[in-house]
Amino acid sequence: MQPAARQLCVPFDAATARSLRAGEQVLLSGTILAARDAAHKRMVETLEQGESLPFSLAGAIIYYLGPSPARPGQVIGAAGPTTAGRMDPYTPCLLAHGLRGMIGKGYRSAAVAAAIREYGAPYLAAVGGAGALLSRCIKHYTVLAYPELGPEAVAALAVENFPAIVVMDVHGGDWYRTGQAPYCEL
Amino acid sequence: MRVIHAQTITDTVARLAIEACCHLPLSVRDALSRAASQEPSPAGREILAQLQENASIASAEHMPICQDTGLAVVFAELGQDAHIVGGDFEAAIHEGVRQGYVQGYLRKSCVAEPLFERTNTGDNSPAIIHLRLVPGDRLHLRLAPKGAGSENKSLLKMLTPADGLDGVRQTVLEAVQTAGPSACPPLVVGVGLGGNMEVAALCAKRAAARDLGSRNPHPRYAALEEELLTLCNKTGIGPQGLGGRTTALAVHIEWAATHIAMLPVAVNLNCHAARHASASL
Repeated sequence: MQPAARQLCVPFDAATARSLRAGEQVLLSGTILAARDAAHKRMVETLEQGESLPFSLAGAIIYYLGPSPARPGQVIGAAGPTTAGRMDPYTPCLLAHGLRGMIGKGYRSAAVAAAIREYGAPYLAAVGGAGALLSRCIKHYTVLAYPELGPEAVAALAVENFPAIVVMDVHGGDWYRTGQAPYCEL
Repeated sequence: MRVIHAQTITDTVARLAIEACCHLPLSVRDALSRAASQEPSPAGREILAQLQENASIASAEHMPICQDTGLAVVFAELGQDAHIVGGDFEAAIHEGVRQGYVQGYLRKSCVAEPLFERTNTGDNSPAIIHLRLVPGDRLHLRLAPKGAGSENKSLLKMLTPADGLDGVRQTVLEAVQTAGPSACPPLVVGVGLGGNMEVAALCAKRAAARDLGSRNPHPRYAALEEELLTLCNKTGIGPQGLGGRTTALAVHIEWAATHIAMLPVAVNLNCHAARHASASL
Protein backbone atom coordinates (compact mmCIF):
# COMPACT_ATOMS: atom_id res chain seq x y z
CA MET A 1 0.00 0.00 0.00
CA GLN A 2 1.15 3.48 -0.84
CA PRO A 3 0.90 5.99 1.98
CA ALA A 4 -1.97 8.45 1.53
CA ALA A 5 -1.07 11.56 -0.42
CA ARG A 6 -0.56 14.74 1.60
CA GLN A 7 -3.07 17.50 0.97
CA LEU A 8 -1.27 20.72 0.24
CA CYS A 9 -2.48 24.28 -0.38
CA VAL A 10 -0.70 26.10 -3.19
CA PRO A 11 1.15 28.35 -3.23
CA PHE A 12 2.79 27.07 -0.03
CA ASP A 13 4.96 29.06 2.37
CA ALA A 14 8.70 28.69 2.91
CA ALA A 15 8.25 26.45 5.96
CA THR A 16 5.98 24.09 4.05
CA ALA A 17 8.47 24.02 1.19
CA ARG A 18 11.16 22.92 3.64
CA SER A 19 8.90 20.24 5.10
CA LEU A 20 8.43 18.39 1.81
CA ARG A 21 10.53 15.29 1.28
CA ALA A 22 11.57 13.55 -1.94
CA GLY A 23 9.20 10.67 -2.64
CA GLU A 24 6.26 12.29 -0.89
CA GLN A 25 3.00 12.18 -2.82
CA VAL A 26 0.90 15.33 -2.67
CA LEU A 27 -2.48 16.61 -3.83
CA LEU A 28 -2.31 20.31 -4.63
CA SER A 29 -5.23 22.69 -4.26
CA GLY A 30 -5.13 26.44 -4.86
CA THR A 31 -3.46 28.54 -7.53
CA ILE A 32 -0.38 27.83 -9.63
CA LEU A 33 1.11 29.52 -12.68
CA ALA A 34 1.53 27.86 -16.06
CA ALA A 35 4.64 28.81 -18.03
CA ARG A 36 7.08 27.09 -20.36
CA ASP A 37 9.90 27.75 -22.82
CA ALA A 38 9.04 31.01 -24.59
CA ALA A 39 7.55 32.57 -21.44
CA HIS A 40 10.65 31.65 -19.44
CA LYS A 41 12.89 33.30 -22.02
CA ARG A 42 10.76 36.43 -21.90
CA MET A 43 10.55 36.50 -18.09
CA VAL A 44 14.31 36.27 -17.68
CA GLU A 45 14.99 38.86 -20.39
CA THR A 46 12.57 41.24 -18.64
CA LEU A 47 14.09 40.68 -15.20
CA GLU A 48 17.65 41.04 -16.51
CA GLN A 49 16.72 44.44 -17.95
CA GLY A 50 15.69 45.47 -14.45
CA GLU A 51 12.01 45.63 -15.35
CA SER A 52 9.19 43.98 -13.44
CA LEU A 53 6.95 41.19 -14.68
CA PRO A 54 3.23 41.69 -15.36
CA PHE A 55 2.53 39.16 -12.56
CA SER A 56 4.23 38.32 -9.29
CA LEU A 57 6.71 35.49 -8.91
CA ALA A 58 7.07 35.96 -5.16
CA GLY A 59 6.07 32.72 -3.50
CA ALA A 60 4.58 31.38 -6.73
CA ILE A 61 4.70 27.85 -8.08
CA ILE A 62 5.20 27.34 -11.80
CA TYR A 63 3.76 24.35 -13.62
CA TYR A 64 5.63 23.70 -16.86
CA LEU A 65 2.59 23.46 -19.09
CA GLY A 66 1.36 24.36 -22.53
CA PRO A 67 -2.17 22.94 -22.68
CA SER A 68 -4.11 21.89 -25.73
CA PRO A 69 -7.09 24.19 -26.46
CA ALA A 70 -10.33 23.75 -24.53
CA ARG A 71 -13.36 22.56 -26.44
CA PRO A 72 -16.48 24.68 -25.88
CA GLY A 73 -17.65 24.02 -22.33
CA GLN A 74 -14.28 22.76 -21.13
CA VAL A 75 -11.97 24.70 -18.77
CA ILE A 76 -8.83 23.52 -20.53
CA GLY A 77 -7.67 20.81 -22.92
CA ALA A 78 -5.11 18.16 -22.07
CA ALA A 79 -2.80 19.59 -19.44
CA GLY A 80 0.14 17.38 -18.49
CA PRO A 81 3.66 18.52 -17.59
CA THR A 82 6.36 19.28 -20.11
CA THR A 83 10.08 18.51 -19.77
CA ALA A 84 11.53 20.65 -16.99
CA GLY A 85 15.14 20.42 -18.15
CA ARG A 86 14.51 22.89 -20.96
CA MET A 87 13.74 25.52 -18.34
CA ASP A 88 17.03 24.89 -16.47
CA PRO A 89 18.94 27.81 -18.02
CA TYR A 90 16.26 30.24 -16.73
CA THR A 91 15.39 28.62 -13.41
CA PRO A 92 18.07 29.98 -11.04
CA CYS A 93 17.15 33.55 -12.07
CA LEU A 94 13.45 32.95 -11.37
CA LEU A 95 14.23 31.31 -8.02
CA ALA A 96 16.33 34.35 -7.11
CA HIS A 97 13.24 36.46 -7.84
CA GLY A 98 11.07 34.54 -5.40
CA LEU A 99 9.73 31.47 -7.22
CA ARG A 100 8.93 28.88 -4.54
CA GLY A 101 8.34 25.68 -6.45
CA MET A 102 8.15 23.98 -9.80
CA ILE A 103 6.08 21.18 -11.29
CA GLY A 104 7.24 19.32 -14.39
CA LYS A 105 8.85 16.07 -15.41
CA GLY A 106 12.40 14.90 -15.97
CA TYR A 107 15.89 15.43 -14.63
CA ARG A 108 17.26 18.87 -13.69
CA SER A 109 20.77 20.24 -14.08
CA ALA A 110 23.30 20.42 -11.26
CA ALA A 111 22.90 24.21 -11.24
CA VAL A 112 19.15 23.90 -10.69
CA ALA A 113 19.68 21.24 -8.00
CA ALA A 114 21.95 23.69 -6.17
CA ALA A 115 19.45 26.54 -6.62
CA ILE A 116 16.63 24.37 -5.25
CA ARG A 117 18.62 23.98 -2.02
CA GLU A 118 19.79 27.60 -1.94
CA TYR A 119 16.34 29.15 -2.41
CA GLY A 120 14.29 26.48 -0.63
CA ALA A 121 12.09 25.77 -3.65
CA PRO A 122 11.24 22.11 -4.29
CA TYR A 123 10.67 20.46 -7.66
CA LEU A 124 7.63 18.22 -8.07
CA ALA A 125 6.72 15.87 -10.90
CA ALA A 126 3.30 15.23 -12.38
CA VAL A 127 2.57 12.24 -14.61
CA GLY A 128 3.80 13.05 -18.12
CA GLY A 129 1.38 12.12 -20.84
CA ALA A 130 -1.62 11.98 -18.53
CA GLY A 131 -2.95 15.26 -19.88
CA ALA A 132 -6.60 14.25 -20.08
CA LEU A 133 -6.60 12.90 -16.52
CA LEU A 134 -4.82 15.95 -15.08
CA SER A 135 -7.15 18.37 -16.90
CA ARG A 136 -9.91 17.24 -14.52
CA CYS A 137 -8.03 18.78 -11.58
CA ILE A 138 -7.91 22.21 -13.24
CA LYS A 139 -10.97 24.30 -12.45
CA HIS A 140 -10.02 27.66 -13.97
CA TYR A 141 -7.54 28.77 -16.60
CA THR A 142 -6.86 32.51 -16.88
CA VAL A 143 -4.20 33.97 -19.15
CA LEU A 144 -2.12 36.48 -17.16
CA ALA A 145 0.51 37.56 -19.68
CA TYR A 146 1.98 37.05 -23.14
CA PRO A 147 -1.28 35.92 -24.81
CA GLU A 148 0.47 36.17 -28.18
CA LEU A 149 2.45 33.08 -27.21
CA GLY A 150 -0.69 30.96 -27.58
CA PRO A 151 -0.20 27.67 -25.70
CA GLU A 152 2.94 29.18 -24.16
CA ALA A 153 1.16 32.13 -22.54
CA VAL A 154 1.55 32.59 -18.79
CA ALA A 155 -1.69 31.60 -17.05
CA ALA A 156 -3.10 31.23 -13.55
CA LEU A 157 -4.56 27.80 -12.89
CA ALA A 158 -7.01 27.03 -10.11
CA VAL A 159 -6.33 23.41 -9.16
CA GLU A 160 -8.08 20.93 -6.90
CA ASN A 161 -6.41 17.76 -5.69
CA PHE A 162 -3.82 17.95 -8.44
CA PRO A 163 -1.59 14.86 -7.98
CA ALA A 164 2.19 15.26 -7.90
CA ILE A 165 5.23 13.72 -6.27
CA VAL A 166 8.13 15.58 -4.71
CA VAL A 167 11.18 14.55 -6.73
CA MET A 168 13.77 17.09 -5.53
CA ASP A 169 13.42 18.46 -2.04
CA VAL A 170 15.28 21.43 -0.59
CA HIS A 171 17.54 19.17 1.47
CA GLY A 172 19.17 17.51 -1.52
CA GLY A 173 16.81 14.53 -1.74
CA ASP A 174 16.33 13.27 -5.31
CA TRP A 175 13.53 10.74 -5.75
CA TYR A 176 14.50 9.90 -9.32
CA ARG A 177 17.78 8.53 -7.95
CA THR A 178 16.35 6.98 -4.80
CA GLY A 179 13.27 5.52 -6.45
CA GLN A 180 15.17 3.93 -9.32
CA ALA A 181 18.02 2.42 -7.29
CA PRO A 182 16.16 -0.68 -5.98
CA TYR A 183 15.15 -1.70 -9.51
CA CYS A 184 18.46 -1.10 -11.31
CA GLU A 185 20.07 -4.39 -12.35
CA LEU A 186 22.90 -3.06 -14.49
CA MET B 1 -4.92 4.24 -63.51
CA ARG B 2 -6.77 4.82 -60.24
CA VAL B 3 -7.74 8.38 -59.45
CA ILE B 4 -7.39 9.79 -55.93
CA HIS B 5 -8.70 13.28 -55.27
CA ALA B 6 -6.54 15.69 -53.26
CA GLN B 7 -9.62 16.60 -51.20
CA THR B 8 -9.92 12.96 -50.10
CA ILE B 9 -6.31 13.06 -48.93
CA THR B 10 -6.97 16.25 -46.96
CA ASP B 11 -10.10 14.84 -45.32
CA THR B 12 -8.34 11.60 -44.45
CA VAL B 13 -5.30 13.32 -42.91
CA ALA B 14 -7.58 15.58 -40.82
CA ARG B 15 -9.47 12.54 -39.52
CA LEU B 16 -6.27 10.58 -38.79
CA ALA B 17 -4.77 13.50 -36.84
CA ILE B 18 -7.73 13.65 -34.48
CA GLU B 19 -8.00 9.87 -34.19
CA ALA B 20 -4.29 9.42 -33.45
CA CYS B 21 -4.16 12.19 -30.83
CA CYS B 22 -7.31 11.23 -28.92
CA HIS B 23 -7.50 7.43 -29.19
CA LEU B 24 -4.55 5.39 -27.97
CA PRO B 25 -4.11 2.26 -30.13
CA LEU B 26 -5.52 -0.89 -28.53
CA SER B 27 -2.10 -2.57 -28.75
CA VAL B 28 -0.62 0.18 -26.54
CA ARG B 29 -3.47 -0.04 -24.04
CA ASP B 30 -3.00 -3.82 -23.87
CA ALA B 31 0.73 -3.36 -23.33
CA LEU B 32 0.12 -0.88 -20.49
CA SER B 33 -2.33 -3.30 -18.89
CA ARG B 34 0.13 -6.21 -19.17
CA ALA B 35 2.92 -4.08 -17.77
CA ALA B 36 0.75 -3.04 -14.81
CA SER B 37 0.18 -6.70 -13.89
CA GLN B 38 3.94 -7.41 -13.93
CA GLU B 39 5.41 -4.19 -12.49
CA PRO B 40 6.88 -4.81 -8.99
CA SER B 41 7.08 -1.12 -8.05
CA PRO B 42 3.91 0.17 -6.33
CA ALA B 43 4.49 3.70 -7.68
CA GLY B 44 5.07 2.22 -11.13
CA ARG B 45 1.83 0.24 -10.98
CA GLU B 46 -0.06 3.34 -9.90
CA ILE B 47 1.29 5.33 -12.84
CA LEU B 48 0.49 2.56 -15.32
CA ALA B 49 -3.07 2.52 -13.95
CA GLN B 50 -3.31 6.30 -14.35
CA LEU B 51 -2.09 6.09 -17.94
CA GLN B 52 -4.84 3.58 -18.75
CA GLU B 53 -7.43 5.79 -17.08
CA ASN B 54 -6.06 8.77 -18.99
CA ALA B 55 -6.47 6.91 -22.29
CA SER B 56 -10.09 6.10 -21.41
CA ILE B 57 -10.91 9.72 -20.50
CA ALA B 58 -9.23 11.02 -23.66
CA SER B 59 -11.15 8.60 -25.85
CA ALA B 60 -14.50 9.27 -24.18
CA GLU B 61 -14.13 13.06 -24.21
CA HIS B 62 -12.33 13.39 -27.56
CA MET B 63 -9.54 15.10 -25.69
CA PRO B 64 -5.89 14.60 -26.61
CA ILE B 65 -4.15 11.85 -24.63
CA CYS B 66 -1.30 14.31 -24.13
CA GLN B 67 -1.31 18.07 -24.60
CA ASP B 68 1.75 17.72 -26.82
CA THR B 69 0.00 16.61 -29.98
CA GLY B 70 3.34 16.93 -31.68
CA LEU B 71 4.50 17.58 -35.16
CA ALA B 72 2.38 15.57 -37.58
CA VAL B 73 4.62 12.95 -39.15
CA VAL B 74 3.00 11.37 -42.19
CA PHE B 75 4.31 8.17 -43.75
CA ALA B 76 2.81 7.95 -47.23
CA GLU B 77 3.10 4.94 -49.52
CA LEU B 78 1.86 5.91 -52.93
CA GLY B 79 1.14 3.24 -55.49
CA GLN B 80 2.87 4.06 -58.77
CA ASP B 81 -0.36 3.37 -60.70
CA ALA B 82 -2.41 5.89 -58.69
CA HIS B 83 -3.07 9.34 -60.10
CA ILE B 84 -3.70 12.31 -57.82
CA VAL B 85 -6.06 14.96 -59.16
CA GLY B 86 -7.56 18.20 -57.89
CA GLY B 87 -4.51 19.59 -56.19
CA ASP B 88 -0.92 19.19 -55.06
CA PHE B 89 -0.19 16.02 -53.05
CA GLU B 90 1.93 17.61 -50.32
CA ALA B 91 -0.32 20.66 -50.06
CA ALA B 92 -3.27 18.31 -49.54
CA ILE B 93 -1.51 16.68 -46.59
CA HIS B 94 -0.55 20.03 -45.04
CA GLU B 95 -4.13 21.21 -45.39
CA GLY B 96 -5.34 18.00 -43.69
CA VAL B 97 -3.04 18.69 -40.75
CA ARG B 98 -4.29 22.27 -40.59
CA GLN B 99 -7.93 21.19 -40.52
CA GLY B 100 -7.43 18.28 -38.13
CA TYR B 101 -5.46 20.28 -35.58
CA VAL B 102 -7.89 23.21 -35.64
CA GLN B 103 -11.15 21.23 -35.73
CA GLY B 104 -9.90 18.64 -33.23
CA TYR B 105 -8.77 21.19 -30.61
CA LEU B 106 -5.26 19.78 -30.84
CA ARG B 107 -2.31 21.89 -29.76
CA LYS B 108 -0.48 23.88 -32.39
CA SER B 109 3.17 23.23 -31.63
CA CYS B 110 4.88 24.10 -34.89
CA VAL B 111 7.09 27.17 -35.33
CA ALA B 112 7.77 28.34 -38.87
CA GLU B 113 11.51 28.84 -38.47
CA PRO B 114 13.79 27.23 -35.87
CA LEU B 115 16.23 29.87 -34.63
CA PHE B 116 15.38 33.56 -34.79
CA GLU B 117 11.68 34.40 -34.66
CA ARG B 118 10.20 30.94 -33.84
CA THR B 119 6.74 32.18 -34.79
CA ASN B 120 3.98 29.61 -34.28
CA THR B 121 2.34 28.74 -37.59
CA GLY B 122 -0.98 28.66 -35.74
CA ASP B 123 -2.33 25.49 -37.30
CA ASN B 124 0.45 22.92 -36.76
CA SER B 125 1.28 22.80 -40.45
CA PRO B 126 3.46 21.91 -42.20
CA ALA B 127 3.45 18.15 -41.79
CA ILE B 128 6.64 16.14 -41.96
CA ILE B 129 6.14 13.88 -44.97
CA HIS B 130 8.00 10.68 -45.75
CA LEU B 131 6.91 9.44 -49.18
CA ARG B 132 7.65 6.09 -50.74
CA LEU B 133 6.60 5.10 -54.23
CA VAL B 134 5.42 1.47 -54.17
CA PRO B 135 3.75 -0.99 -56.57
CA GLY B 136 -0.02 -0.85 -56.90
CA ASP B 137 -2.63 1.88 -57.20
CA ARG B 138 -3.47 2.67 -53.57
CA LEU B 139 -2.33 5.43 -51.23
CA HIS B 140 -1.54 4.28 -47.71
CA LEU B 141 -1.28 7.03 -45.08
CA ARG B 142 0.03 6.58 -41.57
CA LEU B 143 -0.02 9.62 -39.31
CA ALA B 144 2.15 9.49 -36.20
CA PRO B 145 2.02 12.67 -34.09
CA LYS B 146 5.36 13.01 -32.33
CA GLY B 147 5.83 15.09 -29.21
CA ALA B 148 9.05 16.85 -28.28
CA GLY B 149 9.64 15.29 -24.85
CA SER B 150 10.65 12.01 -26.43
CA GLU B 151 11.84 13.36 -29.80
CA ASN B 152 14.37 15.66 -28.12
CA LYS B 153 16.05 12.60 -26.63
CA SER B 154 16.82 11.03 -30.00
CA LEU B 155 20.39 9.90 -30.55
CA LEU B 156 22.45 9.21 -33.66
CA LYS B 157 25.91 7.65 -33.57
CA MET B 158 28.07 6.81 -36.53
CA LEU B 159 29.61 3.65 -35.10
CA THR B 160 32.19 1.62 -36.97
CA PRO B 161 31.94 -2.11 -37.73
CA ALA B 162 34.33 -2.92 -34.86
CA ASP B 163 31.85 -1.39 -32.38
CA GLY B 164 29.49 -4.23 -33.37
CA LEU B 165 26.62 -5.53 -31.30
CA ASP B 166 28.04 -4.19 -28.07
CA GLY B 167 28.21 -0.71 -29.56
CA VAL B 168 24.55 -0.98 -30.50
CA ARG B 169 23.62 -2.10 -26.97
CA GLN B 170 25.57 0.78 -25.42
CA THR B 171 23.99 3.34 -27.76
CA VAL B 172 20.44 2.21 -27.00
CA LEU B 173 21.19 2.19 -23.30
CA GLU B 174 22.74 5.65 -23.46
CA ALA B 175 19.67 7.06 -25.20
CA VAL B 176 17.25 5.54 -22.69
CA GLN B 177 19.28 6.46 -19.62
CA THR B 178 19.96 10.02 -20.75
CA ALA B 179 16.28 10.51 -21.56
CA GLY B 180 15.09 9.11 -18.21
CA PRO B 181 11.74 10.61 -17.17
CA SER B 182 11.86 13.41 -19.76
CA ALA B 183 10.82 11.07 -22.57
CA CYS B 184 7.80 9.85 -20.55
CA PRO B 185 8.55 6.18 -19.99
CA PRO B 186 7.44 3.47 -20.47
CA LEU B 187 8.91 4.00 -23.90
CA VAL B 188 8.64 2.49 -27.32
CA VAL B 189 12.27 2.48 -28.43
CA GLY B 190 12.85 2.79 -32.18
CA VAL B 191 16.30 1.68 -33.33
CA GLY B 192 17.60 2.28 -36.84
CA LEU B 193 20.68 0.34 -37.92
CA GLY B 194 22.71 0.71 -41.08
CA GLY B 195 22.14 2.84 -44.16
CA ASN B 196 23.86 6.21 -43.78
CA MET B 197 23.12 9.14 -41.48
CA GLU B 198 19.64 9.98 -42.71
CA VAL B 199 18.57 6.41 -43.48
CA ALA B 200 19.48 5.27 -39.97
CA ALA B 201 17.39 8.12 -38.54
CA LEU B 202 14.44 7.31 -40.77
CA CYS B 203 14.69 3.60 -39.89
CA ALA B 204 14.58 4.56 -36.21
CA LYS B 205 11.52 6.74 -36.80
CA ARG B 206 9.72 3.98 -38.70
CA ALA B 207 10.62 1.54 -35.94
CA ALA B 208 9.26 3.85 -33.22
CA ALA B 209 5.99 4.20 -35.15
CA ARG B 210 5.49 0.46 -35.67
CA ASP B 211 2.53 -1.31 -34.07
CA LEU B 212 3.21 -2.74 -30.63
CA GLY B 213 3.39 -6.51 -30.81
CA SER B 214 5.02 -6.47 -34.25
CA ARG B 215 8.40 -8.16 -34.67
CA ASN B 216 11.19 -7.55 -37.10
CA PRO B 217 10.74 -10.29 -39.74
CA HIS B 218 14.45 -11.24 -39.57
CA PRO B 219 14.87 -13.75 -36.69
CA ARG B 220 18.21 -12.36 -35.46
CA TYR B 221 16.89 -8.79 -35.38
CA ALA B 222 13.70 -10.02 -33.72
CA ALA B 223 15.81 -11.70 -31.04
CA LEU B 224 17.83 -8.50 -30.64
CA GLU B 225 14.60 -6.54 -30.12
CA GLU B 226 13.81 -8.83 -27.18
CA GLU B 227 17.34 -8.64 -25.80
CA LEU B 228 17.38 -4.84 -25.94
CA LEU B 229 13.96 -4.67 -24.28
CA THR B 230 15.24 -6.76 -21.40
CA LEU B 231 18.30 -4.48 -21.19
CA CYS B 232 16.18 -1.29 -21.10
CA ASN B 233 14.04 -2.75 -18.34
CA LYS B 234 17.11 -3.40 -16.18
CA THR B 235 17.88 0.32 -15.93
CA GLY B 236 15.47 0.74 -13.01
CA ILE B 237 14.06 3.93 -14.55
CA GLY B 238 10.51 2.58 -14.59
CA PRO B 239 7.25 4.39 -15.35
CA GLN B 240 7.88 8.16 -15.33
CA GLY B 241 11.39 7.56 -13.99
CA LEU B 242 10.12 6.97 -10.46
CA GLY B 243 11.61 3.48 -10.35
CA GLY B 244 10.47 0.11 -11.64
CA ARG B 245 10.99 -2.52 -14.28
CA THR B 246 8.72 -1.12 -16.99
CA THR B 247 11.06 1.37 -18.65
CA ALA B 248 10.10 0.29 -22.15
CA LEU B 249 7.05 -1.46 -23.56
CA ALA B 250 8.90 -2.51 -26.69
CA VAL B 251 12.09 -2.12 -28.70
CA HIS B 252 11.64 -2.11 -32.47
CA ILE B 253 14.49 -2.34 -34.96
CA GLU B 254 14.50 -1.41 -38.62
CA TRP B 255 17.69 -1.83 -40.63
CA ALA B 256 19.19 -1.14 -44.05
CA ALA B 257 22.21 -2.04 -46.13
CA THR B 258 25.26 0.01 -45.20
CA HIS B 259 28.86 0.78 -46.17
CA ILE B 260 31.80 -1.56 -45.43
CA ALA B 261 33.21 1.10 -43.09
CA MET B 262 30.00 2.06 -41.29
CA LEU B 263 27.57 1.01 -38.59
CA PRO B 264 25.18 3.94 -38.11
CA VAL B 265 22.88 3.60 -35.09
CA ALA B 266 19.93 5.91 -34.54
CA VAL B 267 17.60 5.77 -31.57
CA ASN B 268 14.22 7.49 -31.73
CA LEU B 269 12.22 7.27 -28.53
CA ASN B 270 8.47 7.28 -28.41
CA CYS B 271 6.68 8.02 -25.16
CA HIS B 272 4.00 5.70 -23.76
CA ALA B 273 1.49 7.64 -25.87
CA ALA B 274 2.72 5.72 -28.93
CA ARG B 275 0.13 7.30 -31.19
CA HIS B 276 -0.61 6.58 -34.80
CA ALA B 277 -3.54 6.04 -37.13
CA SER B 278 -3.62 4.69 -40.66
CA ALA B 279 -5.86 4.61 -43.71
CA SER B 280 -5.74 3.23 -47.24
CA LEU B 281 -7.28 5.15 -50.11
